[in-house]
Amino acid sequence: MRKIIIIDDEPLARSIVKEYLQKHTELEVVEECNDGFEGVKAIQQHQPDLVFLDIQMPKINGFEMLELIEQPPPVIFATAFDDYAIKAFEAHAIDYLLKPFNQDRFDKAIRKWSEQSSRSSEKNTQDLLETASLSPAQNQRIVVKNGSKIKIIPVHDVFYLEAADDYVKIYTKEGYFLKNKTMSHFEQVLDEQQFVRSHRSYIINIHQITRIDPYEKDGHVAILKSGAQIPVSRSGYGKLKEVLGL
Amino acid sequence: MSASPFSVKQFRIFFISCWLTLMLDQGIVLFWFGLPWQDAILDSAISNGFLLSICLVMMNIYRYYLPRRERFLNLFGVCLIFSSLWLIICKWLLRLVVGFYATSPETLYRSLPIRVSMALLILGCVSMVSALWYNTAEQKENELRKTDAEKLTKEAELFKLRQQLQPHFLFNSLNSINALIGMKPDEARKMVQQLSDFLRGTIRKEENQFITFSEELEYLKLYLEIEKVRFGYRLKTEIDVSDDTPRWRVPSLLLQPLMENAIKFGLYGTTGEVVIGLRATIADKHLVVAVMNPFDPDMQMPPGTGFGLESVKRRLFLLFGRNDLVEINKTQNSFVVIFRIPETHA
Repeated sequence: MRKIIIIDDEPLARSIVKEYLQKHTELEVVEECNDGFEGVKAIQQHQPDLVFLDIQMPKINGFEMLELIEQPPPVIFATAFDDYAIKAFEAHAIDYLLKPFNQDRFDKAIRKWSEQSSRSSEKNTQDLLETASLSPAQNQRIVVKNGSKIKIIPVHDVFYLEAADDYVKIYTKEGYFLKNKTMSHFEQVLDEQQFVRSHRSYIINIHQITRIDPYEKDGHVAILKSGAQIPVSRSGYGKLKEVLGL
Repeated sequence: MSASPFSVKQFRIFFISCWLTLMLDQGIVLFWFGLPWQDAILDSAISNGFLLSICLVMMNIYRYYLPRRERFLNLFGVCLIFSSLWLIICKWLLRLVVGFYATSPETLYRSLPIRVSMALLILGCVSMVSALWYNTAEQKENELRKTDAEKLTKEAELFKLRQQLQPHFLFNSLNSINALIGMKPDEARKMVQQLSDFLRGTIRKEENQFITFSEELEYLKLYLEIEKVRFGYRLKTEIDVSDDTPRWRVPSLLLQPLMENAIKFGLYGTTGEVVIGLRATIADKHLVVAVMNPFDPDMQMPPGTGFGLESVKRRLFLLFGRNDLVEINKTQNSFVVIFRIPETHA
């Protein structure tokens, strides 16, 4: 038996997936979830072979939920309508179902999934998240996991970001949060008029800067409102000057 | 092309009396200066009659061609040309017809500077009056066109604002119906009916700009029924409407986008059960409606949400020309939109 999880905030939307699944006796629904929070828990607990996922859900959306999972499972999206998401699906998802969909369309998606190797699907999910995170709706906040708790950080609350091995440390007034992403990902996603990569390992929220001092030979250091001192490289100084209009 | 000033009766009377006075006046003056009364009448009739016809020609020209404001000096040039022309022809005619001038032409020559000044003055006056008249008429026409255009855009905008329908809502509702068809066909049929009634409401035509509050409430309940089927136990509503509100006239489809907004914020901004509240009373000759939804202050809603609120603000402004009809109260854990509808006698 292969394990399925359905994550959708509308009960009837879950029922229709369950109904269509009845034909596929080798598949078993191990859990149904109302939102992304339940979804994260259920995926970690069951390690499903396939997830049916809605995009628009309470508090965190389907993409943000997937970002919180270390090794996201293969996903078939089921959504009503979302211009930007559809672009992401077409490029990278196993398949996506536009609600309402019929049994034939559903079976086709299942076939596509069973034909794909799990390795390539994992790679695809990562690419999908990259594309989806470029959506204008997604770059206003960052969803992180802090232990077992999920935290939503509005980007304007971010002081600065620091590279830390495979992670990025996101500093806010409540301390820092870790996110399993690269610096270049954030450089691309965040508004370049507000967030400047001042250094190979640092991205600064320019609204937090109080002053920029010279430092050692030809380097600089940015002093933030919080008192933090952020290294600024020579090219980073050029970028900062440009954005700050100096 | 505008109507000529002669279309106004008062102007016709004024114009004719002016000319009669002028003719009489010139006749008397000439008689005074020693002309026989027949010759004085003949002179006055010829010179003024001829001037009058030039006047009418000029007025007719202005009707089709009027110099722009900055070229009003051209009017003076036109008057100068016409009065000189008039003088030359008049001099020749008077010498030919009036017996007195045949014997003493120097009397005629001496009067020429006075004659041409008078003609210039009269033609100048007529030109000024025509210019003013036609300019004002043109301005009025422009204004009328402008208000017409504004009214059209306003109507189109209002229509569009009322037509706003979230595709999410439509497709998700159809998906719910799809699920119900297999499990509970009766409920599927009921929901198809509700959805159809709801959609019919959104394409209602212009003449139903205003409806009674109770009609709007019925429509809203239709919408809420559909949403409750979609979201199941999570969505609860509390509607509290005072007895004096049902007859109040409100713009149609105003409440629903606000409710949609409240539901969206409530359901997507929090987890668990969500209570959406609606309260309506009459206060200070206004219908006061409050729509409440729970709100999580930690949540950062993605941009683009809250269109409903903007569209309601815009509509109320277009309908009543007031910006103070919508108010937002954000507390620790609730979000309240309060809007007021003035009394209308439509």
